[in-house]
Amino acid sequence: MRRRLGDPLFRLVSLIFALSVIGIAATIAVILYRDSAPARAAFGWSFLWTSTWDPVALRFGALPFVYGTLASTAIAIAIALPLGLGAAICLAELMPRRLADPLTFLIELLVAVPSVVYGLVAVFVLVPIMRDVQTVVQPVLGFIPLFRGPAYGVGLLTAAIVLAVMIVPFIIAVSREVLLAVPQTQRDAALALGATRWETVRDVVVPYARSGILGSVFLALARALGETMAVTMVIGNRPEVNVSIFAPAYTMAAVLANEFTEATETVYLAALVEIGLLLFVITLVVNGVARLLIARVGARIEVARA
Amino acid sequence: MTDVQRRRRRVERFMFGATAAAMVATLGVLLFLLGYIAWQGASSLSLAFFTRLPAPVGEPGGGMANAIVGSAKLLFTAALLGIPVGFLGGVYLAEYGRGAFAAWVRYAADVLNGIPSIVIGITVYALVVVPMRHFSTLAGGLALGLMMIPVALRATEEFLRLVPDSLREASLALGAPRWVTIVRVVIPAASRGIATGLLLSLARVAGETAPLLFTALNNRFWSPGWTQPTASLPVMIFTYAIAPYEDWHRQAWAAGLVLLVLVLGTNVLARVIMRGGRMQSA
Amino acid sequence: MIVPQAASGTEQDVVEIAVRELTVHYGTTLAIDRVTLDIPRHRVTALIGPSGCGKSTFLRCLNRMNDHIPGVRVTGDVTIDGDPIYGADIDPVALRKRVGMVFQKSNPFPKSIFDNVAFGPRVHGERDPVRLREIVERTLRQAALWEEVEDRLDASALDLSGGQQQRLCIARALAVEPDVVLMDEPASALDPIATAKIEELIHELKSSYTIVIVTHNMQQAARVSDLTAYFYLGRLIEFGPTDRLFTNPEKQETEDYITGRFG
Repeated sequence: MRRRLGDPLFRLVSLIFALSVIGIAATIAVILYRDSAPARAAFGWSFLWTSTWDPVALRFGALPFVYGTLASTAIAIAIALPLGLGAAICLAELMPRRLADPLTFLIELLVAVPSVVYGLVAVFVLVPIMRDVQTVVQPVLGFIPLFRGPAYGVGLLTAAIVLAVMIVPFIIAVSREVLLAVPQTQRDAALALGATRWETVRDVVVPYARSGILGSVFLALARALGETMAVTMVIGNRPEVNVSIFAPAYTMAAVLANEFTEATETVYLAALVEIGLLLFVITLVVNGVARLLIARVGARIEVARA
Repeated sequence: MTDVQRRRRRVERFMFGATAAAMVATLGVLLFLLGYIAWQGASSLSLAFFTRLPAPVGEPGGGMANAIVGSAKLLFTAALLGIPVGFLGGVYLAEYGRGAFAAWVRYAADVLNGIPSIVIGITVYALVVVPMRHFSTLAGGLALGLMMIPVALRATEEFLRLVPDSLREASLALGAPRWVTIVRVVIPAASRGIATGLLLSLARVAGETAPLLFTALNNRFWSPGWTQPTASLPVMIFTYAIAPYEDWHRQAWAAGLVLLVLVLGTNVLARVIMRGGRMQSA
Repeated sequence: MIVPQAASGTEQDVVEIAVRELTVHYGTTLAIDRVTLDIPRHRVTALIGPSGCGKSTFLRCLNRMNDHIPGVRVTGDVTIDGDPIYGADIDPVALRKRVGMVFQKSNPFPKSIFDNVAFGPRVHGERDPVRLREIVERTLRQAALWEEVEDRLDASALDLSGGQQQRLCIARALAVEPDVVLMDEPASALDPIATAKIEELIHELKSSYTIVIVTHNMQQAARVSDLTAYFYLGRLIEFGPTDRLFTNPEKQETEDYITGRFG
């Protein structure tokens, strides 16, 4: 009799736990939606493009944070993609496996370093360097709006650099995998036609792996969007939109980290939760795109193998 | 060799040189990071760091004993949630899950994995801190536990799937019921991989700061029980690093080193266990 | 034992590829053992032999594709039209413009039909779109594929059937205007009709190119080639006009293989 109960019971228990995962994800979405209601009611869609952030007058707009998030992330990717792809090409195409595997392992360790530790090094090492760089660059290029402003050391560019360092290992790890998965016959075909190894990589291997590399970028993007600690420690935390890359800025995650515990009024808190909701939705979309892209590379490899 | 060919050769040498430079740069950053923290942190470590409570604000001295214990309690609480849900959910997906429902579970786990940790903090704040009316170790542990679930789930499912069906069939053919097969044959066969996956999920949340900022908050004293706010290494690092006191900066470095060693050490350990296992089972 | 084999279809055959004492090691394994051979111009030479006999390795020596295998050591001489192809100052990239290769399993790039064929010329510096179009049309005609694809040159090469893809790969190889075309079991993955088309193609191409084809199918060798070389365990056992080798082989080993007496 015990035997007949065991199987359905075990299955039920594990089913409940599996179900709870869906429940948890749904709960998060619901809570974000519910607790941001006061702010959504008060500001509507204009929340997204208003740049006032006034906790005293209780008028809130998310634009400075959206701008800060997107700008810092975009610059970070602009830095990290060439570096990451270049390193991945070196590891996949140039170096023998015996050397490349342990090096890749080391680089992947960078993924495990906690954000706050990156922030720690950034605050004491990068910020002074940026201050010096700015004092050098300012006299020469300071007239260009892009480089204007006092040399604080903290700012959009500093945060972008830290982000770039944090996401480069993602790009390297995933890109290397997809490059290695390109069938050798493709390279053979190009080499047999008289292409150099570089031309083979540039014109055949990388295009073949293009979706996967793009997927790695989106994955990196998703991580960068949610990055909180390292960013808040070096971005200056000023809620304004400023064209200069040296200017202090603010990101969605950073404002949540700094102001959440201080928000006493309902609308203030709700505005912050709404920013959380926004962040949630954006990362959802970006992650979805990343999955699609990486799935496509896997599919193409299966087709080629068939 | 013609001019065109010479140019192509030069381009090749240059571009491959550039990729090598990129790799060296990335590696260089890693080594610099590790080295700098080791240097700064080691010079600030002392017995006091591990055994004393933080000194009153502004006074030098003191340590982070409460943060170390706090982190341990948080991780313990997190594991209580994250491991059962992740593990059993993974068991379901690997052994019973086919079709649409399983796809949704996997998707939900991916979503959970991708949510910025600060947003998870908001959710736990609304769910636990507000009703309880204080910040607590429980809330912090819950937030971390939620983050562990997708990592534990994916690792469990992946390693259970790797167990060949022939093992399951052999057990069933001997008359063992399905659940006994799973518990006494399949799971043990995958245990090495699952254990390392669970270890990694723990390492992943050990360094998280954001979700603790408004769940466990911080505490300059001991935090008895589970319903008080608690100090933790990551939050201490953050607080001390941005403060104006030199002494606090030094302690932040020490804490950073300890945290880094724990997290990276766990990662390396996990890999070593995995590699050892694979060679044995081959 | 070294026996210089006379290459002869007719007495006037010009030697395109002269191989002398070619020996290839992979690490400690001996893959090719002192092969000496003259491959004549504008003829089809077939390389036959059981699996693992070294015929593909030998083929890949002729365009130095073996260079990419770690631990490989090649000794001996290979000259093409009198020019040595091994040597510290010889550029393999330039060599592969003269010696093209078609692989066992067709490997078109995931690009359009046009871009596949144009890849070779582009890489070697051809930029003029008019010239590229000429080259693409000419070689697709040579590969007997033009009529089937002329209205969809921008379509993905992967949409073509297996036989069509292989003919595309042939066109792609011809586009760089090689003197020699190496074919490594080009039809082994194809159905009989597609195979017949490839064989017909080979027959037409030989008037303009020197063709060396590896095949495990003896009937194919008999149908398609002017000369045949029989390899066994890395050594060249016999080489001569196809008719004679198949009907009246000189060596017992050759006869054993051809009549299937092999285990």
